Amino acid sequence: MPDTQLEHTQTLIKLGQPEQDEWALSRVEEALPKRRPVIVPLALWQANAEDPQLAPWLASDTLLDDELAKTLAKAPLVAIDFPAFTDGRGYSLARLLRERYGYQAEVRAIGDVLVDQLYYMSRCGFDALALRDDQHLDDALRALGAFSVSYQPGVDVQEALFERRLREANSA
Amino acid sequence: MYRYDTYDQTLVDERVDQFRDQMARHLAGRLPEEEFRPLRLQNGLYIQKHAPMLRIAIPYGMLSSTQLRTLGDITRRYDRGYGHFTTRQNLQLNWPALEDVPEILADLAKVQMHAIQTSGNCIRNTTSDQFAGIAGDEVEDPRPWCELIRQWSTLHPEFAFLPRKFKIAVSGAAEDRAAIQVHDIGLRLWHDSDGSLKVKVLAGGGLGRTPMIGDVVREDLPWQHLLTYLEACVRVYNQFGRRDNKFKARIKILVKALGIEEFRRRVDAEWAHLKDGPQTLTQAAVDSARAHFIEPERRAVSGQAIAAFEALRGENRAFARFVTNNVCDHKVAGYKAVTLSLKRREHAPGDVTADQMDAVADLAERYSFGELRVTHEQNLVLSDVPVDQLEALWQELEALGMANPTVGTLNDIICCPGGDYCGLANAVSIPIAQALQERFEDLDFLYDLGPLDLNISGCMNACGHHHVGHIGILGVDKKGEEYYQISIGGNATDDASLGKILGPSFYREDVPEVVDKVLKVYVEQRHDDERFLDTYRRIGLKPFKERVYA
Repeated sequence: MPDTQLEHTQTLIKLGQPEQDEWALSRVEEALPKRRPVIVPLALWQANAEDPQLAPWLASDTLLDDELAKTLAKAPLVAIDFPAFTDGRGYSLARLLRERYGYQAEVRAIGDVLVDQLYYMSRCGFDALALRDDQHLDDALRALGAFSVSYQPGVDVQEALFERRLREANSA
Repeated sequence: MYRYDTYDQTLVDERVDQFRDQMARHLAGRLPEEEFRPLRLQNGLYIQKHAPMLRIAIPYGMLSSTQLRTLGDITRRYDRGYGHFTTRQNLQLNWPALEDVPEILADLAKVQMHAIQTSGNCIRNTTSDQFAGIAGDEVEDPRPWCELIRQWSTLHPEFAFLPRKFKIAVSGAAEDRAAIQVHDIGLRLWHDSDGSLKVKVLAGGGLGRTPMIGDVVREDLPWQHLLTYLEACVRVYNQFGRRDNKFKARIKILVKALGIEEFRRRVDAEWAHLKDGPQTLTQAAVDSARAHFIEPERRAVSGQAIAAFEALRGENRAFARFVTNNVCDHKVAGYKAVTLSLKRREHAPGDVTADQMDAVADLAERYSFGELRVTHEQNLVLSDVPVDQLEALWQELEALGMANPTVGTLNDIICCPGGDYCGLANAVSIPIAQALQERFEDLDFLYDLGPLDLNISGCMNACGHHHVGHIGILGVDKKGEEYYQISIGGNATDDASLGKILGPSFYREDVPEVVDKVLKVYVEQRHDDERFLDTYRRIGLKPFKERVYA
């Protein structure tokens, strides 16, 4: 395939900081691009998983089961696609990947990734956020830090607030 | 009631700042309407027919006098001096200016209120029984559980973009006053034979375009697992609920499509991983939630005072009517719960003016420990009134126009804002309610009819719960003309049922006459003290149909 079809993220936030992105993204199902490193559709990655310069992206309707999770464990990063910002399935996928399957390397949000989703994404285990091109970095960094407290446990905080309150009351 | 600690306060304050930022970006053109929309909706802000509309959460219907005064104040400063209590225990402002909304939210946060998740495709305000904590038939006060659910669901990072809205209702009494069978998830708290607390979990109920009664997912969930089990249910919905068609996106469609067994299997498979995880409730966690809902310091009411109250009830017919219809028994002898009727012809059902809010806040302080409840029937409740003060309260309510002795009767109409306000509506609903209230205002006639729920929705989204009205009225649009479809036989309580449509729809001006014919059939055919609903269930739709379309 011609590498002109590759996507390059203009703004990547990694662990809360802007970072230069090495990875290109291909959405073409049929053929591998030449460029490395590159994120490719899951099936294409599965067929070429021995290449350490390739990483998979998951569609939002991917059924993440034990078998797939085992395969993904080898991936240098896993990207999860948001075909529309209103499609919330990616949040569950990221949590499953992190919490159930203990995936440790980068989990990246791609696609319709907007400023006001970033806080929830970071709580669900996304540590790399590939912003849609029209999003502003300063808005994004501000939105990421919108909350200093949360009620539920997530990938970031493993304790529900009700548990924290009890712990603090006991140690006081 | 629940009081915020610094964590709760920080969270709502930060939410206000976040929304202020989002609004500023929107007004500066950096956040287009299409992308701003879900954000504003999750802060209660709609753009309606004539103006924006702001829906303020009243978690499980509990409100303090201070909060009610602030609401009144907000309606004066930012709106037109009145608000509308909805069928989901929220308060709506009909005329706020878009750019004022961050300030309104900041004012709400000062009295521990917010509009978080009152709209949008997320977990909405959890609703409950307006007599929670005081009902004689209660086995477990649902409010601490509602509060635990409120916290779990508030800004839940995984569930902010569900396929569609998600509503949870909780009941802890023998009689279901929270309509749990017509919610996305309905929870019933009950005690097994050993006295241990269990939760019955229903899923897939709902009204709207495709009304359905919920199915039982789990009969006897141990209370420790409530939050992890809810998380499993919502995660299954988030992953498998339809996203291709918004009319088929509610959990009820998923439950029906999979079948309850398969839905349960998926939930259990998910739950197997979450069970005993970090959100498992402990006795200490539940006790600390319960500590917010302690019994008020009620004084002793003497037997003499109770006797005097009964005597007055025997002597004064107007007072007796009020007590019979608007006053409920309380688990503590000498105390009663009083329903303040928001149903009178001069106002839309559920509407309250700012001055009335102030007055009711004062009454709650003087008669009922400074707290009140909002009901899904769009009334208010003072939950702890000693009987020796009932007469005085009744007189004050009369002066306020809130003592209409018609609670639970045909006149106590549930009604959405309809085409007068709502951008979704196909037809007006408030004028229908007013026409019916005018036609059927004779008290003796209303009492003779007995308990009768008449519910009106201006469109098939069913905010007025027309499917579960004994008589339900639905506004429909046919080629730009407003018509009304009438159904009968719906019911929202324990033996829940969905109404059946009588037949072709009617012109607006004919609705009172049609309702009158329906009532006549009932009056002629009923046995002894049979309720409207029971007569309908016995004789079926046919006699009603024949009369109406004769």
